[in-house]
Amino acid sequence: MTLAATSGKPRPQRHGAGAPARVGRPRLAWALPGFLFFALFAVVPMLYAVYLSFCGNWSGIGSPQLSGAGNWTRLFQDSSIRQATRLTVELTVLSWVFQTPVAMLIGVWAAGKQRNRAVLAALFFIPLVLSSTAISLLFKALLDPNFGLAPSIGPWIGFPDGNILGSTNGALIALVFVGGWQFMPFHTLIYQGGARAIPKSFYDAAAIDGAGRVAQFVHITLPQLRNTITTSSVLIVVGSLTSFETVFLLTQGGPGAATSTLSWVMYQNAFDDFNFGYACALGAGLVVVSTVLSLLMVRLSGFGSMRSTREGA
Amino acid sequence: MTTKSKRNPILRKRGLRAALALGLGAALSLGASGCSSSSTGAGGGQIVVYTYGDNSTNIQQAAVDAFNKTSTVKVKLVQVPGNDYSPKLRTVMTSSSAPDVFFNWGGGSIAPYVKANELVDLTPYFNQAPLKGAFLPSVVAAGAVDGKDYGVPMRGMQPVILFYNKTLFAQYNLQPPNTWAAMQAAITTFKAHGVIPFALGGADNWPDLMWLEYMLDRVGGSGEFTKIQNGDSSGWTDQAMTTSLTDIQQLIQEGAFGTKFTSTSYTNNAAPALLGSGKAAMQLMGSWDYANQLSNYPNFAKSEEGFTTFPDVAGGTGNPADVVGNPTNFWSINAKTKYLSTAVAFVQYMASDTYTKALLAGGWIPTATTTSSLLSSYPNPAFGQFQYQMVQQAPSFQLSWDQALPTAVGTPLDTEVGKFFAGQVSVSQFESDMQTTQKNAGS
Repeated sequence: MTLAATSGKPRPQRHGAGAPARVGRPRLAWALPGFLFFALFAVVPMLYAVYLSFCGNWSGIGSPQLSGAGNWTRLFQDSSIRQATRLTVELTVLSWVFQTPVAMLIGVWAAGKQRNRAVLAALFFIPLVLSSTAISLLFKALLDPNFGLAPSIGPWIGFPDGNILGSTNGALIALVFVGGWQFMPFHTLIYQGGARAIPKSFYDAAAIDGAGRVAQFVHITLPQLRNTITTSSVLIVVGSLTSFETVFLLTQGGPGAATSTLSWVMYQNAFDDFNFGYACALGAGLVVVSTVLSLLMVRLSGFGSMRSTREGA
Repeated sequence: MTTKSKRNPILRKRGLRAALALGLGAALSLGASGCSSSSTGAGGGQIVVYTYGDNSTNIQQAAVDAFNKTSTVKVKLVQVPGNDYSPKLRTVMTSSSAPDVFFNWGGGSIAPYVKANELVDLTPYFNQAPLKGAFLPSVVAAGAVDGKDYGVPMRGMQPVILFYNKTLFAQYNLQPPNTWAAMQAAITTFKAHGVIPFALGGADNWPDLMWLEYMLDRVGGSGEFTKIQNGDSSGWTDQAMTTSLTDIQQLIQEGAFGTKFTSTSYTNNAAPALLGSGKAAMQLMGSWDYANQLSNYPNFAKSEEGFTTFPDVAGGTGNPADVVGNPTNFWSINAKTKYLSTAVAFVQYMASDTYTKALLAGGWIPTATTTSSLLSSYPNPAFGQFQYQMVQQAPSFQLSWDQALPTAVGTPLDTEVGKFFAGQVSVSQFESDMQTTQKNAGS
C-alpha cells in the first residue's frame, strides 16, 4: 500500500504506460515452469478425478475399474446433493450480498490519502493474514453455546439460549459471517486499488458541475469500479462455491445436514464413506459449474474484452 | 489416555485431511504417492505393525519391545496419528508397503478387506492355545466377519455407560436412573431446577446414535439390529424402530437434552464438561469418558460420579443386560505377510498376563478372561469391576452401529441421526432414508 500512488496534486496523465503493448513481452517459454506446475498439480489430478468418477464406488481397495456413468446419473437423482446445491447457492448469494457492499464502501473510503485511513486500513487487513483454521477455531470457541460468548450475544440476534451454531439458520449465518470476516479485507484491498485508479480529474470535473459526495460515488466511482466488482464477485462466488475449511471446522455440515455444502458432501463421500468414485464425480461437477459460472460472469459484465476504463480519460 | 477408538474425539478431528480435501484430485494423487514413505514393508527380517497413535500406545510399544527380545524376526511398531488412521490405512493397504499387522475396530471396518481376501482367517488359531478361551466370547465375536475370526483383541473394552452425578441425585432425593421411571422422574426434577438432565454432544452426531442403539435394544432386543447388520434393510421400518425413535423424539421434545445439544460437541470436551461441572446431571457415553473426567474434573470423577446400565424400557422385549459400544480394538493380519508365524506369535502375545496387566495399569479394562482375577490392580477397582461385569454378563455386546455397518451405510447413518435429533427429519422420513441408503449401498 503505497500512498504515493495517489498524489493529491493534479498531474499529467501518463499516456506512455497505456500505449499498445509493443513493449517486448516475455516469450512463451518463460511460462513453461508455470504451465508444468499447473499441469502436474492441477490438470493431471483433475483428469484422474474425472477418470475415477467413472469407476463406480471405488473404495480405495484394489485397482479402480471403469464401470460406466453410474455416479453421474446418481449425482442428478440424489436428494442430498440437491439439498447441498441449494445450500451452497444460498451461502454463495448471502456471502456476496454481505461482502460486496461492505468491502466496497470500506475500500473506497480507504482509498483516501488521509493518514488515519491508512492506519485503519492496515488494521482492517489483519483477518486476512490469519489462517482459516485459526479463524474458524476462534469463532467456534466464541460461538460455543455453553462456554463461549453465544449465550450473551444470542439474545440480541434472535437466539435466546445462544444455540446459534445448533440451529439451521444460525449455522448458515455463522458461516456467512465468519467467511465474510475473513475475506472482506481482501476484497477491500481490491476495491481500494480500484478506487485509487480512478483519475482525480473526474471528481474535480464533477465537483465543478455541483455533484455532491453521494452523486460522485454513484455516477463516477460505481461505474469506474465495474471491472473491480466483476473481479471481486468472481472470487467471492467461486470461493463460496468451493469453500470447505470453515464448514469443516465450524459446523461439520451440521446441525444434521443444515450446512452440508457441496464441498463438505464431497469430503464426506471420499474420506468418511470411502466412496472415491462418487466424490470424484461430485468434485468434477463442481469444477465444471464454477468454471462455467465465472466465465458467464466475466462475459456478461463485459470484463472479458479487457478494455481499460481509462481510455479516453 | 483420553481417547480410544474410532468413536473417540481424536479421530473425529481430521485437520490434515481437511487440507488435503481442498482439492480432492490432489488429495488422491498425494495419497497414492505418499504410501511408500512410512515403512520399509515386509522385508529385511521384520514385520510392520500399524497402530492408532494416541497417548496410550506406550503399552503396545512395551509389548513390541518385550516380543522382540525373543523373536528372530523383529516387529516394528508404526504409530499412525489417530485422526488420519482410517484413510492412511486405506491407502497403504493397496500398496507394496502395506503393514503385516494392523489396528482396527472389527466388524464393518475390516469387512472390505475381508471381501478383497486381504486378511488372514484367524479362526484356526482361536481354536487352539494360547488364544482359545483367552478372551470374552462376545468381544471376539465383534472382530469376526461372516462367522470367521479376523481380529485379536488388543485394547480394553469400551461399553457405553450411563454416567450420573451422585451429588445432584442426592440433593433432589432421586433414585439412580437405572429404571425408566427413575430416569423420567430425574428428567422432570432436573428440568424444574435448571439442570440439564442429559449432556449430549449432538454436534458430533455419533453421541446421538448411542441413544438409538440402546433404545432399539431395550425395545426390540438385540436381534433387531442384527437383522439390519445382515443386510435386511426392512429392519429400519420395524415397529421396534418406530417405537424407539418416537420415544427418543419425546425425550428431545421434553427437553431431556436441554436446548443447545445440537451445537454442543463431545470432541471439544464441551459435553463432558457439562457433566463434570454439575451443569448437567447425566451423560450416556463410552467408558473412556471416565478417564476424561478424571483428568479434567478429578474431584467429580473420584467422589461424585456414578455409573449404571441403560434402563429397561416399559413394554420392551430386550434384555436390560445387553450392552452396546466398542467391544475393543483388534489386530488383524495382512494375508500378504511374509512372516505369518511371527505375525501370529505377536498377536498371540496379546493373551499373555503381562500384556493384560499392562493394559490394566494404563487404565483399561482388558477383555481377557483372566481380567477378573487381576482387577484389584486397576486404578479405580469399583469402576473396573462394574465395567468388567457389565460386559461379562452381557448376552449381547453390540458394536456401535456406525462401525458395524459398511462405511457406505454407517457414515450416512451418523448424519441422518444428527438430522433426526436436530428435528430436520421425522420418524418415518428417517426410516425411509436409512432404508434407501442401505439398499443403494448394497446394490
